[in-house]
Amino acid sequence: MTALTLVKVERIKLFSTRSPWWCIAAAMVLTVGFVALAAGLITDTDAQEFTAPQTQGPYRFGFMIMMIMAVLAVTTEYRFGTIRATFLAVPNRTSALLAKAAVIALVAAAVGEVAGVASWGLAKAIRGSEAPLDFYTARDYRVVFGVGLYYLVAAVFAVAIGVLIRQSAGAIALVLLWPLLVENLILIIPRVGDDIQKWLPFTAGNNFLAAGTDHVGNAGDGPGDMPFGPWGSLVYFAVITAALLALALVTAKRRDA
Amino acid sequence: MIEARGLTKRYGRTLAVNDLSFTVQPGRVTGFLGPNGAGKSTTMRMILGLDRPTAGDVRIDGKRYADLKEPLRHVGALLDARWVHPNRSARAHLRWLAVSNRLPEKRVGEVLELVGLTQVAGRRAGGYSLGMSQRLGIAGALLGDPGVLLFDEPVNGLDPEGILWIRQFMHRLAAEGRTVFVSSHLLSEMALTAQDLVVIGRGRLISQTSTSAFIEAASGSTVRVRGPELGRLREVIVAGGLAADDAPASDEGPAALVVHGATTDAVGELAGRAGLVLHELAAQRGSLEQAFIQMTGGDVEYRTGTPVGVAAPAGGPVMAVPGQPAGAGILSGAAPAGKGEPR
Ligand SMILES: Nc1ncnc2c1ncn2[C@@H]1O[C@H](COP(=O)(O)OP(=O)(O)OP(=O)(O)O)[C@@H](O)[C@H]1O
Ligand SMILES: [Mg+2]
Repeated sequence: MTALTLVKVERIKLFSTRSPWWCIAAAMVLTVGFVALAAGLITDTDAQEFTAPQTQGPYRFGFMIMMIMAVLAVTTEYRFGTIRATFLAVPNRTSALLAKAAVIALVAAAVGEVAGVASWGLAKAIRGSEAPLDFYTARDYRVVFGVGLYYLVAAVFAVAIGVLIRQSAGAIALVLLWPLLVENLILIIPRVGDDIQKWLPFTAGNNFLAAGTDHVGNAGDGPGDMPFGPWGSLVYFAVITAALLALALVTAKRRDA
Repeated sequence: MIEARGLTKRYGRTLAVNDLSFTVQPGRVTGFLGPNGAGKSTTMRMILGLDRPTAGDVRIDGKRYADLKEPLRHVGALLDARWVHPNRSARAHLRWLAVSNRLPEKRVGEVLELVGLTQVAGRRAGGYSLGMSQRLGIAGALLGDPGVLLFDEPVNGLDPEGILWIRQFMHRLAAEGRTVFVSSHLLSEMALTAQDLVVIGRGRLISQTSTSAFIEAASGSTVRVRGPELGRLREVIVAGGLAADDAPASDEGPAALVVHGATTDAVGELAGRAGLVLHELAAQRGSLEQAFIQMTGGDVEYRTGTPVGVAAPAGGPVMAVPGQPAGAGILSGAAPAGKGEPR
């Protein structure tokens, strides 16, 4: 069985139910829609500071929904027993799950890429005359075109969580609460909270987009001195995710389907 | 051909399958018979590489399932008809299965036609009736035109027409030279479907034999005999090396003796040689289900490893009675079939 065959299988599986389509549509509407709304509503003075990276603010909506899609693509297979049908057709579980992760990663990346560029394009169409929405620095390119990479890694992270937990409610709760709450609330821990936070995966991922600007994500979201620069942070995020995926693959291989 | 050797599966403290060895031959329907919880589904999952055996192994045509290349071309399985995404159409479900094993996509249409689902193939599978789901499962199993087929309780919940359809289908598959292994907890169903039986109880092999031999052993070994001199009759029978129990007067008739592991011929000859008058001499056919329950459901101490000889006293409760030595009992004589009719 070639990798391409398995990818095709997972593509058919993903798109022959309706929920991924809904997730993709919701991710698009929420990201692009929010930016369009913001571009339309900000005052002329604020528009002076409406830069390209700022058009990516609502990226969180998009990657969260892509993570939900990724989790569901795995957990519904466990829920409905189709994972067993899959392992009967493809006994090499590692290959089957890697193909699934690849398809979901590609879809999430494409959604992130399209949403990122569309958000910027729409903002420019609406406020291009007043706002400085052109690309001035490498950072501007990185944020607008790189947001898809963040979606990609986050989706793989969610696939791994789905394989490990196998149950929709638990896995969705985890992928939503972990980046939103846990990685922020960790700051409550006195003294060390700050040091721990900067090593957490989504904080690192966020730093890929936020480094050198406070326009992306919540202001003051990330700790001041991150251990890596933007690209280093992305690699770090990806390495942690790869480790989690490896753990998930080993687990799936060892346990009864 | 399927060969299991020493197959064992433990879930925590439950020993679901215990040192199970058997073979399933091609060209025949082999029934996999055992009461609920006997370990049939677990065994099938191990055959298919879904569950990892705690010990032992199982091979399909000499190979482990995981080592089969494009396994759907070798083995088709229907373990659970609900293993379909409810929002996916039957056609899409079969399509991804076909693609995964590089089967031509026209096979999808062929198997849909074969099981009679062509009309509804575009509808979401979640809306199918149980019978339709079962047919979809069978379509999936047949997709790769495999030589080995496994079905786990395929007739569960089906109406008589559906049951007949599946039964005939399996006969046809076996007649084409395929290996067909089908589980059930109903001996009466297997009696009509399977030529061979692998019988298990509590995870252990009870018997591997032809269906006819099993049924013969299960039901044909008890004789009811009655005459005016019951006491002497009993002495003669016991002296002849047979075990006899009293069957007190009941709805079934006046007091009599029940002889275990004997034929009417043997009992009649013993009585004739002693010059005893007989008023009744009849083979007792226990119901198949009762016989089966006694063979598979009793405690381990009541199991002897052969299909014959585990039982309760005639007319007694179906459950084995403590104190009855293993192998000395009979199948329950309380069943109506053949009662009182001399052979
Ligand atoms: N995944 C599991 N975890 C724990 N115990 C299990 C698991 N699967 C099966 N068992 C136990 O193993 C035993 C055998 O179960 P199995 O489902 O194989 O029986 P079965 O013969 O298929 O029964 P049925 O006729 O009801 O389908 C049962 O006691 C069951 O509770
Ligand atoms: Mg079962």
